[in-house]
Amino acid sequence: MHQILEREELAQGTVVKNVVAAPLVAKKAKPGQFVILRVNDTGERIPLTMADTDPDKGTITLIYQVVGKTTALMKSLKVGEEYKDVVGPLGTPTHIEKTGKVICVGGGTGVAVLHPITRALKKAGNQVTAVIGARTKELIILEEEMTAASHNLHVCTDDGSYGHHGFVTDVLKSELKANPDTSLAVCIGPVPMMKYCCLMTKDFGVKTMVSLNPIMVDGTGMCGCCRVSVGDKTKFACVDGPEFDGHAVDFDELTQRLAAYREDEARSMDIFQGKDHHCTCGK
Amino acid sequence: MAKKEKIPRQKMPEQAPEVRRANFQEVPQGFDEKTAVLEASRCLQCKNPSCVTGCPVQIDIPGFVGKIAEADFKGAIEVLKRKTALPAVCGRVCPQEEQCEAQCILGKKDSPVAIGYLERFTADWERTQGAFEMPAIPPKTGNKVAVVGSGPSGVTVAGDLILKGHDVTIFEAFHAAGGVLVYGIPEFRLPKAIVQNEMDNLAKLGVEFRLNSVIGQTQTIDELMNEEGFDAVYVGVGAGLPRFLGVPGENLIGIYSANEYLTRSNLMKAYRFPEYDTPIVKGKNVAVFGAGNVAMDSARTALRMGAEKVRIVYRRSQEEMPARAEEIHHGKDEGIEFHLLTMPTQFFGDENGRVRGMECLQCELGEPDESGRCRPESIDNSEFTMECDLVIIAVGSGANPVLTRGTPDLALNKWGYIEADPATGKTKKKGVWAGGDIVTGAATVILAMGAGRQAADSIHDYLTWGW
Ligand SMILES: Cc1cc2nc3c(=O)[nH]c(=O)nc-3n(C[C@H](O)[C@H](O)[C@H](O)COP(=O)(O)OP(=O)(O)OC[C@H]3O[C@@H](n4cnc5c(N)ncnc54)[C@H](O)[C@@H]3O)c2cc1C
Ligand SMILES: Cc1cc2nc3c(=O)[nH]c(=O)nc-3n(C[C@H](O)[C@H](O)[C@H](O)COP(=O)(O)OP(=O)(O)OC[C@H]3O[C@@H](n4cnc5c(N)ncnc54)[C@H](O)[C@@H]3O)c2cc1C
Ligand code: SF4
Ligand code: SF4
Ligand code: FES
Repeated sequence: MHQILEREELAQGTVVKNVVAAPLVAKKAKPGQFVILRVNDTGERIPLTMADTDPDKGTITLIYQVVGKTTALMKSLKVGEEYKDVVGPLGTPTHIEKTGKVICVGGGTGVAVLHPITRALKKAGNQVTAVIGARTKELIILEEEMTAASHNLHVCTDDGSYGHHGFVTDVLKSELKANPDTSLAVCIGPVPMMKYCCLMTKDFGVKTMVSLNPIMVDGTGMCGCCRVSVGDKTKFACVDGPEFDGHAVDFDELTQRLAAYREDEARSMDIFQGKDHHCTCGK
Repeated sequence: MAKKEKIPRQKMPEQAPEVRRANFQEVPQGFDEKTAVLEASRCLQCKNPSCVTGCPVQIDIPGFVGKIAEADFKGAIEVLKRKTALPAVCGRVCPQEEQCEAQCILGKKDSPVAIGYLERFTADWERTQGAFEMPAIPPKTGNKVAVVGSGPSGVTVAGDLILKGHDVTIFEAFHAAGGVLVYGIPEFRLPKAIVQNEMDNLAKLGVEFRLNSVIGQTQTIDELMNEEGFDAVYVGVGAGLPRFLGVPGENLIGIYSANEYLTRSNLMKAYRFPEYDTPIVKGKNVAVFGAGNVAMDSARTALRMGAEKVRIVYRRSQEEMPARAEEIHHGKDEGIEFHLLTMPTQFFGDENGRVRGMECLQCELGEPDESGRCRPESIDNSEFTMECDLVIIAVGSGANPVLTRGTPDLALNKWGYIEADPATGKTKKKGVWAGGDIVTGAATVILAMGAGRQAADSIHDYLTWGW
């Protein structure tokens, strides 16, 4: 059992941060790795990246967007309550090296995944520019943390309510123009955002890393649920990734596979919210 | 002595096919005491019992069957336990028709003794009577053994070594213990309560379970030995790497590896969605590739999830089908169709990326290949298409590298399986043993168990005398 030690709502409660007790995982985890979590005995196994870890306290930090039944259930848990299962660290850690000028681009909750990577890249001696974005001002997360993790942070909102008015790709473009010597881009966020960032960095010939979020089950390479097409190969994101060369990823296939259970997920959420009573709970 | 062959082989009552194809309850329902005694009385108690040579772990078959004939069921379970840690499981899932029963002398003229059913009966009797007696645990030796993987191989090692006085901890990647017995083999063939009962007994004996521990990721073998002070490690992580067909369209939605399909339905209980949160694609028109036990289990699960048509698609012919005869027979009775000598070339999807059909080629059998089975060769211009909305690929599995890549000094063979001495399970790394599917490739429960038992003896020797 893994106790929730701290809890904070971000982005108007659409995103929740939990600090969770998981000593063995905290001791081992590196930037870019994730855990698989199950809330209770009837729960689904869902993957979440570690936004931070504290090996001394034996804790990991999870930042998740409330999108469906499991994350809504997680949101309902208070400090002191527990998650049934947490397994990790899973996946291959980010390859961190000094390459020179780096640009890190994050959208939505992807910023939580991007943050530890950005921090590590700065620590490794790179010159790091970061760009984060969201639909509107209230949905921007981790602005302070990203300021500290980079040398230079740009914030964008789609509606112009804060920072640059427009998409992260706009800022990415101007930054790449101004810095033709950029050696690496790291783009993490919703699939369409990653796709368009990669189209742009390809034009500029800048190597780009993305972190993929396919549906997973075991997280140990046993089932193939998380398979993604990278170049002409099929890769298992849970062991070969979740980070891949963004220029080789088939984002359209990923988008389709993420929608595999849309109807079931909606039904599950409706039942959870009490909108459907065809379930077997007896009420 | 009166002639004994007169009594016919007793039939096991089964749920009727029309009923069982819609539920997840066990199909064969077990012998009652009277039937078991009657069946056991058919055994000739041979002096040189050929049946025993057919059992990979040489169970004293006339011994336990003789006790049943005397209605001494407690005596029977004692005889069984000398050689097997999991009689309730092996009695259900062993390919008896190729092993013990294939060698039974009665089978020459008549039907062999129903050894598997009797083994199952004995174990079920013990469990349902609550007759399990806690064996005495000798004084603690102070040695610590780590067992990685809680499949039949790992739990055998754990059970044997805890009874020798060593401290044993099982590390399991999943949130539940049991290996393939819980995530692979479906409820209707092996009720999960039976596996859980075995795990509970191990816990009662003092075996510690550390679930959610992926060795190679959470901790490495070296860390277990150097930091946690384990004196010996047994690796029984199974053959958990799914093989795919490698044809275009294979990443469409609704195409699963058997591992994923069965894990969703068994371990995650997707068949009880939405009471359980994990969803699964429910096909009406299903194609399952492969013809082993895994394929049969997938096909029969799809049927129980509401499919209207389930087809096994296999490149070779009926003779080469590796599944147990009993399972093929059960599947046929339930209405599963067999498309033999058929090979897929591509899958088609709709605009949402969901599988809708496939193209196949007809095959004929050519020369035998390295496995000794005839190689299927496709026939030119024999393409045809079939509709399908759920595809399950059960064409075998390979060695999962998660543990081995984190343990560079474990020697592997060219397929990635761990090299281990066949008699002892010793690997090339000091203090580390391995057995079961991660050494042999996908095999059987009884072989995995047998490998565990040999390794446990070798580990005990090592802890007592040295490497
Ligand atoms: C390696 C990895 C790291 C991730 N890290 C984060 C993170 O740090 N923060 C965060 O908010 N989200 C993260 N995600 C996504 C997160 O796992 C999903 O949002 C979550 O599973 C949704 O579950 P739900 O029941 O609340 O929603 P559902 O209604 O079940 O699903 C909503 C959508 O989430 C996706 N999804 C559903 N089930 C799974 C599953 N078992 N595995 C993966 N995706 C699924 C599907 O696209 C689905 O349409 C990560 C995903 C992966 C693969
Ligand atoms: C669907 C199906 C049907 C089958 N039917 C039959 C049958 O009818 N008769 C028969 O005799 N055999 C059958 N088999 C084969 C049989 O189940 C296997 O040969 C047997 O289970 C192998 O046992 P094992 O102990 O080697 O490994 P497994 O049972 O595979 O167990 C390995 C365990 O190790 C865990 N693990 C893996 N990696 C790690 C890691 N890095 N760290 C920690 N834990 C890890 C896994 O999660 C798993 O729990 C079937 C197999 C399947 C898949
Ligand atoms: S363990 Fe399997 S092969 Fe051996 S006697 Fe029992 S059923 Fe037969
Ligand atoms: S060979 Fe058949 S008849 Fe003879 S001892 Fe074995 S089970 Fe009994
Ligand atoms: S989640 Fe099962 S293989 Fe990646």
